[in-house]
Amino acid sequence: MAIARVSTLPETPVEAGLGGTSSYLYASKVSVAYAGRDADIVTAIDRIDLSIDRGEFVCLLGPSGCGKTTFLNVVAGFLPVSSGVLTLKGKAIDRPGPDRAMVFQQPGLLPWRDVLHNVTFGLEMSGRMRRREAIVRAGELLELVGLAEFARSFPHQLSGGMQQRVNLARALAVRPELLLLDEPFASVDAQTRESLQAELLAICKAPEVTALFVTHDIGEAVFLADRICILTSRPGRIVREVRVRLPKPRDEVRLKPEFLAYVQEVSGVLRSAAATAGKSENREEKRHGDDRP
Amino acid sequence: MATIVLDETGVPRRQGSAWQAQMGPRTERIVLGTAFIVAVLVAWQVVTALGIEPPIILPSPSDVVGAFRELFSSSDIWADFAASGEELLYGFALAAAVGIAAGLLIGWYPRLGYFFDPFINLLYAIPRVALGPLLVVWLGIGLSSKVALVFLIAVFPVLVNTSSGIRSLDPHLLRVARCFGASDLKIFRTIALPGSVPFILGGLRLAVGQSLIGVFVAELLGAQFGIGAMVENAGEQFQTDTVFAGLLIFAVAGLLLTAIVRWLERRFDAWRV
Repeated sequence: MAIARVSTLPETPVEAGLGGTSSYLYASKVSVAYAGRDADIVTAIDRIDLSIDRGEFVCLLGPSGCGKTTFLNVVAGFLPVSSGVLTLKGKAIDRPGPDRAMVFQQPGLLPWRDVLHNVTFGLEMSGRMRRREAIVRAGELLELVGLAEFARSFPHQLSGGMQQRVNLARALAVRPELLLLDEPFASVDAQTRESLQAELLAICKAPEVTALFVTHDIGEAVFLADRICILTSRPGRIVREVRVRLPKPRDEVRLKPEFLAYVQEVSGVLRSAAATAGKSENREEKRHGDDRP
Repeated sequence: MATIVLDETGVPRRQGSAWQAQMGPRTERIVLGTAFIVAVLVAWQVVTALGIEPPIILPSPSDVVGAFRELFSSSDIWADFAASGEELLYGFALAAAVGIAAGLLIGWYPRLGYFFDPFINLLYAIPRVALGPLLVVWLGIGLSSKVALVFLIAVFPVLVNTSSGIRSLDPHLLRVARCFGASDLKIFRTIALPGSVPFILGGLRLAVGQSLIGVFVAELLGAQFGIGAMVENAGEQFQTDTVFAGLLIFAVAGLLLTAIVRWLERRFDAWRV
């Protein structure tokens, strides 16, 4: 995607030297390390290479502690990169920005605001919209996530799944280009999770929405993703990328043999990755995602 | 035929007699609470009617009613109310303003907390009524020393509650706000302030009771007018019934003011359920 810039601001030196930054999100040898408890250096993620095109839906899949959330935080701009190059639309990421919105596992709604005003919260914080417009926009999003009639309810009156819908609506309200989702459906019940996944997929079919979705649930990754990046733990590395070529919408796909074949392929990769990681680090505590099938 | 009565939570209520079943839990509470007060009054009247102690030691409830009548027949009582009210109002308002502002700052900026907390805890540990004589030495026996005492007594519950309210904000909410690129000021306004309102109101509720203690003690240390001064004078002249009347005035004032704060708490706490 060619980006015509009128800006005369000096660009970061990094991107000048990079030929391959035509991707929307580009990570090259991104590592994150921090000082551990005993002054040793813990490498959370190790030389991650990843490039994502605009409009893609990418899942980061791996066991707990593989650094997938760390990578998400780096992309969100919460954590600095220790080494490597990380750019969004050709510009190095160094802070949170209005072009990215994050959806966490906990809904994180303000308990003293009703649902409508929880959805306007993100708009207020980024300060990009007048109050009245924000309310209209929030109303549209509640419509989209099917909660229009609960606009005046308070979070404690909603179920976990509904709260998570409000959370999603709040993130979408700011019209993010890049949606960062950190196991957003991990704490809702299975039925609700499936319907939320389908809704998310429907919302993300808009070509301008790019999504980076972190999960340890193989079925979820195969259902949602255009591409799955499989990570190993300690340190987190991408061991394999799997492109999921299932037609969308995928509402009826879960029992089809193609779907199950992908699930099998991915869980095979995870298992062998865990085995080699366990061997090389000589650890017994190897864990791989909760391989459901 | 036994019917099972369910309460709001769906738990079968214990079966009582018929008249108990007809009352809601709220009326039941009011009836029982009033019954005990009436019982105490009756017992009090009976004991005094037996003449075990002279009225100068233990006046009867009807003596106290008489004292009230006498008090309100003179205009002095209004001067007393005005004086005590003024001390209470200024002291409490100052305590609320300073306590909330300082509590917000100290809670929000950790360094300010490190800096002030030990000193605040030290002051909090002193029985603050003991500062009364010192304040009289410094400020005289006029209004200012009384307001100062009420302030010093009432400011700490507000301050400590407010700062702990800010410190116990949900860190996840703060993360969400930062995620949307919120400035510190916006986070303060939209999360820190509303999030600590219940704590602030809790502090104010404690401060109301403490302020009344402040008013009373301040007037004991020397005052011409005021309910506390009135009680002190009456005690010196063995008008025990008037002493009782004064105590009752304090009690009613405390109840009323606490009820106001409680009402505010309920209004702001609707989401807490």
